[in-house]
This record gives sequence, structure tokens and C-alpha cells, in this order.
Amino acid sequence: MKIPLSWLREFVEIDIPPELLAEKLTAAGLEVAKITYLGVPQTRVEGLRYPNSDHLVWDRSKLLLGAIREVKPHPNADRLVLAMVDYGAAEVEQCVTGAPNLFEFKGQTLEKPLYTIIALEGAEVWDGHSDEPKRMVLKEKPLRGIPNRSMVCSEKELGMSESHDGIILMRQDPGFAPGTPAQDVLGDVIFEIELTPNLARCYSVFGVAREIAALLDKPLRAPDYNVQESGAPVAGTIEITITDSRLNPRFTAMLLRGTTIQPSPEWLQRRLEAVGQRPINNIVDVTNYVMFEMGQPLHAFDYDRLVAHANGKTPHLTTRLARPGETLKTLDGSVRELTPKDIIITDNSDTPISLAAVMGGFDTEISDDTTNVLLEAANWEFISIRRTTHAHKLFSEAGTRFSRGVHPSQAMLGVRRGIELMRQTGGGAVASGVIDVYPEPAPAIQIDLPESEIRRIMGMDFSAKDAAGLLKRAAFEVNVKGDVLHVTVPDYRMDIGTGVVGQADLIEEIARINGFEHIPVTIITDEMPPQRPNPHLTQEEKTRDLLTQLGFREQISYRLTTPETEAMLVPPGAASSFPNVDYVRLANPITLDKTALRHTLLGSLLTNAIENGRYTNRQQVFEIGSVYLPREGEILPDEPRRLGLLITGARHIGGGWMGDDTDAVVDFFDLKGAVEHLLAGLHVEGARFTRAAHTSFHPGRSAALVIDGANAGTFGELHPLVARAIGWEGAPLILGELDLDAILNAARPLFRLTPLPVTPPVLQDIALVVNDTVAAEEVERVIRTAGGDLLKQVRLFDVYTGDQIPAGHKSLAYALTYQTDERTLTDKEVASVHAKIVKATERELGAKLRA
Amino acid sequence: MELESVYSAALAELESVTTSDGMRDWEIKFLGKSGALTQLLRGVGQIPKEERAAFGKRANEIKEALTAAFEARAELVKGQELAQDLEAGEIDVTLPGRPRPMGGLHPSTQTLRQFYDIWAEMGFQVYRSRDVETDDMNFTYLNMPPDHPARDMQDTFYTTTPNVILRTHTSPGQIRAMRELGDGGTKPIRIILPGMCYRYEQITARSEIQFHQVEGLAVGRNIRMSDLKGTIAEYARKFFGENAKVRFRASYFPFTEPSMEVDVECFLCGGEGCNVCKHSGWLEIAGSGMVHPTVLENGGYDPREWSGFAFGMGPERITMLKHGIRDIRYFWGNDLRFLEQF
Ligand SMILES: [Zn+2]
Repeated sequence: MKIPLSWLREFVEIDIPPELLAEKLTAAGLEVAKITYLGVPQTRVEGLRYPNSDHLVWDRSKLLLGAIREVKPHPNADRLVLAMVDYGAAEVEQCVTGAPNLFEFKGQTLEKPLYTIIALEGAEVWDGHSDEPKRMVLKEKPLRGIPNRSMVCSEKELGMSESHDGIILMRQDPGFAPGTPAQDVLGDVIFEIELTPNLARCYSVFGVAREIAALLDKPLRAPDYNVQESGAPVAGTIEITITDSRLNPRFTAMLLRGTTIQPSPEWLQRRLEAVGQRPINNIVDVTNYVMFEMGQPLHAFDYDRLVAHANGKTPHLTTRLARPGETLKTLDGSVRELTPKDIIITDNSDTPISLAAVMGGFDTEISDDTTNVLLEAANWEFISIRRTTHAHKLFSEAGTRFSRGVHPSQAMLGVRRGIELMRQTGGGAVASGVIDVYPEPAPAIQIDLPESEIRRIMGMDFSAKDAAGLLKRAAFEVNVKGDVLHVTVPDYRMDIGTGVVGQADLIEEIARINGFEHIPVTIITDEMPPQRPNPHLTQEEKTRDLLTQLGFREQISYRLTTPETEAMLVPPGAASSFPNVDYVRLANPITLDKTALRHTLLGSLLTNAIENGRYTNRQQVFEIGSVYLPREGEILPDEPRRLGLLITGARHIGGGWMGDDTDAVVDFFDLKGAVEHLLAGLHVEGARFTRAAHTSFHPGRSAALVIDGANAGTFGELHPLVARAIGWEGAPLILGELDLDAILNAARPLFRLTPLPVTPPVLQDIALVVNDTVAAEEVERVIRTAGGDLLKQVRLFDVYTGDQIPAGHKSLAYALTYQTDERTLTDKEVASVHAKIVKATERELGAKLRA
Repeated sequence: MELESVYSAALAELESVTTSDGMRDWEIKFLGKSGALTQLLRGVGQIPKEERAAFGKRANEIKEALTAAFEARAELVKGQELAQDLEAGEIDVTLPGRPRPMGGLHPSTQTLRQFYDIWAEMGFQVYRSRDVETDDMNFTYLNMPPDHPARDMQDTFYTTTPNVILRTHTSPGQIRAMRELGDGGTKPIRIILPGMCYRYEQITARSEIQFHQVEGLAVGRNIRMSDLKGTIAEYARKFFGENAKVRFRASYFPFTEPSMEVDVECFLCGGEGCNVCKHSGWLEIAGSGMVHPTVLENGGYDPREWSGFAFGMGPERITMLKHGIRDIRYFWGNDLRFLEQF
């Protein structure tokens, strides 16, 4: 919201620089996002930082208020005139100008002068003819043979707007003598203020002035709410019925007879422009002006059209909720379907004529021929208005204010202020009296606040008297009795609650007006809650550490995807191996590629791999995060943690100048090695690997991780058909998704240490030829069982098929370590165990020692 | 005699050896198992008996002499070779080193861990809760009943299940924690709540549909605004450095009352004003406030007896400020060229 300093000054004395005022407003919660200067210089305030403004500062001796006394024709040019400008000097200055808005005065001596801003020789202005912002300094330069050294200025030349269609012309006396510096006439500072929803009371210049008065401890001057009433009474000219005073607490109306629709006076137009409103005519402008001035939105009806709607009878307006199927042509010309949540105003025949608070109806709108104006100021339940503005996507200044809350007390003030300004700007007679339907006046809020409560929450001593003083600055009525403040809340403070909530609200006001910087800084002295271990987190972080130690880079992906994206992970025609549950689907997705919460991490791992594959030949990444699985009979889904892993490309990092070999690419066993190291690092017990049955993976080169008999995820090579479907043409993608909760549940942080050996080991190799179908895991199991306690370690170091090995067979070579802490083993002991192993493998697996 | 000629030949040849390899060859040729000297000694049987003793004695003398000469020469050669290596073995040390594979944590994780550590030192433990929430938990219990204007501040993703949404902040965890840890409003709480949050927003360089939040919550019989200020100031010193200054501005959050925005003096320009702090000298780092009485009540506490403070921070925003990251989309883009810089 734009708030001009000049307008604020109408209500409160401001004796500090605008920059310091902005700082104080920001500290008090009215965040000043931007300050715009109109001709006046920026002030430097000690200890405050803000950006330097590059605006044009109007030279106080060379940019002055001028009164054009005469407009002469140019002797040599039809499209130029000579403006004779009085700027307080002895001589009238002659300015050559092509301003089209002076042409109608060509050849006239003006009894009532036109006011403008004159730039004297040497003044700096913006170049009005340049498309890019460009400054220039006025120099003497004859125009078509006429000497010329000064200029009458357009708004663009002064940096007020982009308008360069004509010069600034004020037809009314601005109240300053010619020669007054332009800074004093049109100079201003505009604050751009961002308001949080609790600051509904500040949606007006007066509302902000009220805050300033409290913050600076200055008196506040209210707008003039007096009305010059002279016409026949308003009573009997209109009937109002409120059907639900919860939705429409108050409806007020006044009538202006015999007025003229015309452009608003310049001061009013200028103020509207300063807050970003386009002037239209005096009636529309006044409704806007009052809303920006004191916060109450108004609506003006053409009274005669209302009478016509009533077929000549007394118009009877009713406020009620719309019914399904009802429509209204709003003043922007569009026909809107009304919803049963919209509050509307109807005419005598129960037909909608206005969408309450949001937009008026086309039929009863003010037109250029209007002479009798019925001005409405009403109040509406903010929740309904909020729904209506959202449903119809009608966001207006009035809707913004009503949807945050305007107190019914403001209606009476607004209607009086508005009707009087309409009378002043358009003439006519205000019917005496106000129609005021207010079935249940809102009670004043009263709160008792003990001094001790302030101390308890703020942590500082505050006497009841000092606290009362601060609240009074913000217009609270306060009676102090002993240690308790009895507070009556100003009616417009709809942000203040009752009871214990109201107490908290008052404490905030006290702290805010006093300044948060005055609250002391303490350390918590309250009892410390017991500190407990959090394995859910620490084990997860340990997993991250282990994976980064293994060379993995962590990714974090969008958790939103689409079911179609995840369906691409299943080869065409195959059944999905992903969770067979529905998705958590968004009712209002913002992009087509993010409509549901993921079932798997594999989708984003692959998407990322494709992206990264464009510029790297080696990827090794992981992600830890939840997937979202709806549960039968519960409205909230299960959110189990998953670990996703992906590697692809070169096994060894290359790219150096040494030309190291980077031809080898990673395969299943690279990832299995990482998984094994991870499980070992977490001290997971009871884990084993079996052939996977997951359709998204290569059936021969993928494994399931099994922990205590339960599947805890799959990893391996991506199914070639999936790779093809996603357009991957690089080295095989080796990836996996593991059930992190299952893994961490099996982790044993309190693992037992294996003592370091004190005797020498005896090392022996054994090479066994077995049938291809025998799993390596099985061979190892038999070796270990047969080896017993003396066999400390079994390490597979070679798998061989080919020459010397019968077809359908493979050779597995193991390095065996025999050792016991009790004694140094003799050759005989070792030979005996070794022979047992050979025998056992032969007996149980049909293994033969490799020749 | 042959012995003497071998001796002189060996000495002569030794003089010309200049490399370690040459030394090895010489040793094999003259002193080795099948070297010249050894061959002669083996042939001792053919020498007349009376000459054998003298031959043996002389042969041993020669062997000792040659061994000594060899060792002396070997020392010399080694020295020469070392000198040569020191002189000629120079490499271009400005050539790049051999690339090493490195793993690493996502920048958000790194910042989250900094938070965990700092807050743990101050007695705030981590409490995590779910991403998919009920409307009640995310809004209503936090003093934002349906149609409350404050809901406009948080554009929400709704799911197709009525009243189920993606959490817009980690604050629903406040209610869950109070109910779970508060033991019917009888136990103090000091926690931080990290987690992913979601907003219905266009994805741009400055706004994202998902982001982490870390909230803090302290509830007790004697938790005051002054404690909030002290706690936040201590956090700022731990995170931004000993001289970090903070200031508090009035603000509005439905679930706190009073509510305050926390600014830290811009650590990039030292408060002098720069582009990042928009020349204000301050950076917004957290929202904070005293827990709203209604929220305490919804968590099971009597707001007349208990009080609390809460604050919320954005790890991605702070990471962006610290490292000059201009585009928030980098965080979930997972471009390795981005991740590998952390
Ligand atoms: Zn800065």
C-alpha cells in the first residue's frame, strides 16, 4: 500500500526524517518495503542504512511554482505557443512550448491564471523526449526564432510519472504564491508499506497515521466527519433489510440530491494518483478517496435507477446470501454466476443488484447523467467476503479491506465523510439524516491485565502506570486499579482478542509501542527438559556419513512426481513391483509434472542421472527421504524412509592429464560392495542377499537385500527395457532402493569388538570346482561350518570358468585364514581342518579340488 | 697369473661403472655365484697342493679388496645418482593433481546439521514429524481456523482426501510434540523441528514448492520474551560469529503473540549495506514469537501457568545468503556441478 507523507501530515505531526519514520514503522510491524521521493532530497540519518535513491531532486531556486498569465501565439510556428509565466520575479518569463494542453488558451490573457512548474535556465530535469531516463540541464536556446531560456514542465520532466502529453496544469489556486519552490508545492515522499493480516486497521492513510501518533507519542487529528445537510430527510427514500446480521452487521446510507458528475478537483486527483488510483469522476473518486483516507469502502448507487428498479416505488434493498442459479451483471460488464456463499444486495423484486463489498452491479451504477446519489457504507463478515473474492477472482481495494475486516463503527464515519466530499466536489444537497441499520451493535472489548502477567511473558518489570501510558498512546482506554490494568479496546482494533488471548495481544502492544529493543536479553532459567538419545535421527545421519565416505554424493529431490512418471519405471507389459497402493494426489497441482507424492526414490534418481549424464561420465549418488503410501482406514499416509542409490559410468575417476585408464565401468558388484560396506558400518545383523524379483531390474543382475527373512529392498542393474524407455544410452545404470527403516532397525550400535589377534595366522588357499548352479553363498557357508572355530576368515579371490574347468562348472578360489587366540596352530592341526573342509564341500556340494 | 689379471680387470672395470644397474652387473660378473673370482676359487683343485694355501690366501685378499672397492664405489654411485635425481627429477608442480572421487552431503543437509549441533548445545533436541498433515494440525490448532486471512499467507497444496494437505510449515509438529512430550501439559519442552514443507507457488529463482524449515519450540513455566531474545542472540553468535548482532521487529504469525521478525546484521557487508541486504545492513533470518495462548491450549497446556516461545528458520535461505546462491532451484536440481562445490 502506498502512503504519501504529505497526506499523513494532515493527521499527525511528523518531526523526524522520512527514513527514520520508515525505520520505526518497520520495527513496529508496518514494513516499509520502499520509499519513493518526489522532488525532495533523501535525508541521511546517523546509524541507518538504506539504498541511495537516484531520483531527481528539484532545485529549490530553479524549479518553481509559476502562474501562466497569458498564452501568446508563436509568430513563426503554429504548433508552438508562448506561455507568459509569473514566478514572483519582477518580469514575466516567456517560455516557448509545444504543450498541447495550452493550445485552447492560445491568444488569451488569463484572469484566473493556470498554475504550473517552471524550470529556469540551469535547472536539471529529466529529458521529456528521451525513451531512456536521461537528465538534462536547461540552456538558453532560441526556438524558431524566439529566444527561450526556461521551460514549463511536464510530469515526466519532473520525474512524477511517464506523462509527457502536456505540461502540469493546475486550474485551481494551489494555495502557494508564484515563485514557491516546486518541492514545497508538489514534493512528497511515498512509503510502500506491506501489511500483515493483523494490521487490517492500517489499510488507510489515517490508519497508518494512527500508528505513527502512537509510536511518536503525538496527537492525532481525525478527518472531518461533519456534513452540511440541507435537503429533505433521507428517511422514507430507501428501505434496508438485513436478513443475517452476522454476515452484514451494519448498513448505512446517505443521499445526495441534484449533484453534477464531473472531474474531481486537482488536489483529490493528485492524491489518488499518489496511491496508485486512476481518477474517473468525482463520485467514484470520492468513494476511493475515503477508502484510502480512513479505510471504509463505499458504494455509490444512482438513486434514480434504484427507483426505476422499484418501478417508481421506494427502493427496498435487502442483503442476503445468493441462491444457486442467480446471476449478476457487474459493473465491469461481465455476467457472474453467484454462489450460495456470496452476500448480495437485492432490489424490491428480490433481484441481485450488487455483489456486496466486492463489486457493484451494472444496472445501478453511477453514470455521467446521474444527479441523485445514494451512498452506501456497510460492513460484512470478512470470511464470506474472502470466499467471494477468491471464488470470483475479484481482487479489489475494497475486497482487500473487507476480507481482512472493517469494524462496523467505520461505516457511519465513512458514509458521512463520503457524502460531504461528494457535495463539495459536485454540488447538490445532502438529505438530512442517515439510514443506519445496525441490529446488534458490537460490544466493546474489555480486558483485565495484571502487572504480573506482563512480567511473566515479557521478562521485564513494567509498572501498571507505564504500561497504561503506552496503551493510551494507541487509543486504548485504561483504568489502573492497584496492579491491574482495566482496558477498553478501541472499536477498530479487531485484532485484539478477549480473555487470556486478549492479555497476550495487549502485551504485544505494550512491547511494540515501547520498542522490542527495550526488552532485556536473558538466558532461559526454566527447568531443562531431560535430554534423550534420538537414534531415529543419529542412525540416519550415520548412514549419510558412511555413504559419503564410500564416495557417494547426496541428492535431495522433489517429493512430488506423477504416477505416469513412476509407471515408466516398469517395463512394458510387466507387473509393477512398486507398492500396490494409491497415490497421495494433489487436488491443486501447480505443474503437470508434480501431481502426486512419490512411491519410490528411483524416479528422481533416474531423472537426475539423465540430466547429469549430459556432462559427466561418472555418477555416484544417494538420496534419503520418505515415500508416501496411503493406508487402508487412515486419512494420513505411511511415510517410510527409503535409501536410494545410483552409480553409473567409469569405475575410476578420470579426466586428468595423466591419461589414466577410465575404460572400466561400474557393475552390480560395485554397488553390492557399497551396500555391504554400509551394512557393515551400521553393524546390521542378519542381512543376506538373494536373487531379486523386481520387474524394474535386470532379472539376472539384481539382488534383494533380506534382513531377518524380510525383504528390505532391491538393487542392481536397471532393466534394459526401462533404460530404453527413459532414453538412457550410456553405461549401465546400477541403482537400488532400500528400506532404511528396516536397515536401521537391524543396526546394532552396541556391537562387540573383535579382539586383535595375538598369535600368527596360517594362510591357505583352496580352489573348488562346483556346478554353476551352486551359489557362492552356499559354498562359503559349507566352508565356514566345516572350518569351525579355527577358521577365522574366508575370502573369495577368484571365480573362473573356461579352460581346464568342465563345462557347466566354475572354479571358486578362497583364501582361508586359520587362527586361534589360544595358541599358535601347528601344521598338523591346520591340515586336519583343511581336509575336513575339502571333504565337506565334496560331500555337500559335489565340489572337487581344482587340479 | 690368472688371479691377478682378474683382480686388475675387475678394478679397472669398476672404475668405469657409473650406475646402480652397472654395479649390480659388476657384482654378478666378479663376485657372484658364477662370477669370475668364484669360478677361480672353485678351480682350486687343479692347483698344486703346495700352492693351494698361498692361492687361497691371495684369493681371499682379492675378494676382500674387491668387496671393499665395490662398496666404496657403490656409495659413490648412489651419491651421484641421488644428486642427479635431485637435479634432473624436477616436475612441473603447477600441473593439476590427479582427481580423487569424493562423496559429500547436500548443502541443505550441511546447514541442517549445523543447526542440530548449535541447538543441541543449547538443549534443543530434534523432533521430526510427518509431511502429509491434517488441515487441523497445520492450521486450525495453530490458531488459523478455516477462512482465516492468515491462511492467505501460506498457499497450500491440498490433496484429494478432504482435510489432508501437505504441511506448509513444520509448526504442526509443535502441536504433535506438545501432545506427545508434554504429558498432558505437565512437562517442559525444548525442541527444534526440521522438515520439508510445501507451498503452492510458482517455481522461480526465488520461490520453490518445497523447502526445509527448522522451527524451535520452548515451553515451560517460566519462558519469557527476554529468553527468546537471549536464545536467538546466542544462536546468531554461534552460527554467524561472535560479533553477530540481531534486532527484533514486530511481525505477525497467527500461532505466536507477540510475534517478531529477527534480523541479523548483514555478514556480507558488516552492516554497511550491500546488494544482498538491499542496502539496509540487515538480513532477515527468522520469524519468532511467544507461543499463542490458543496454541498452548491446543497442545494441552494451561496458558495461565505455562508459556513458550517459538521461532522458524529457512536453511536454504541461509545457505543461499552464505554462499551467494542466486537461484533456489539449484537445491532440488541435483546438478552434480552444484553439489560438488559443497
Ligand atoms: Zn549487506
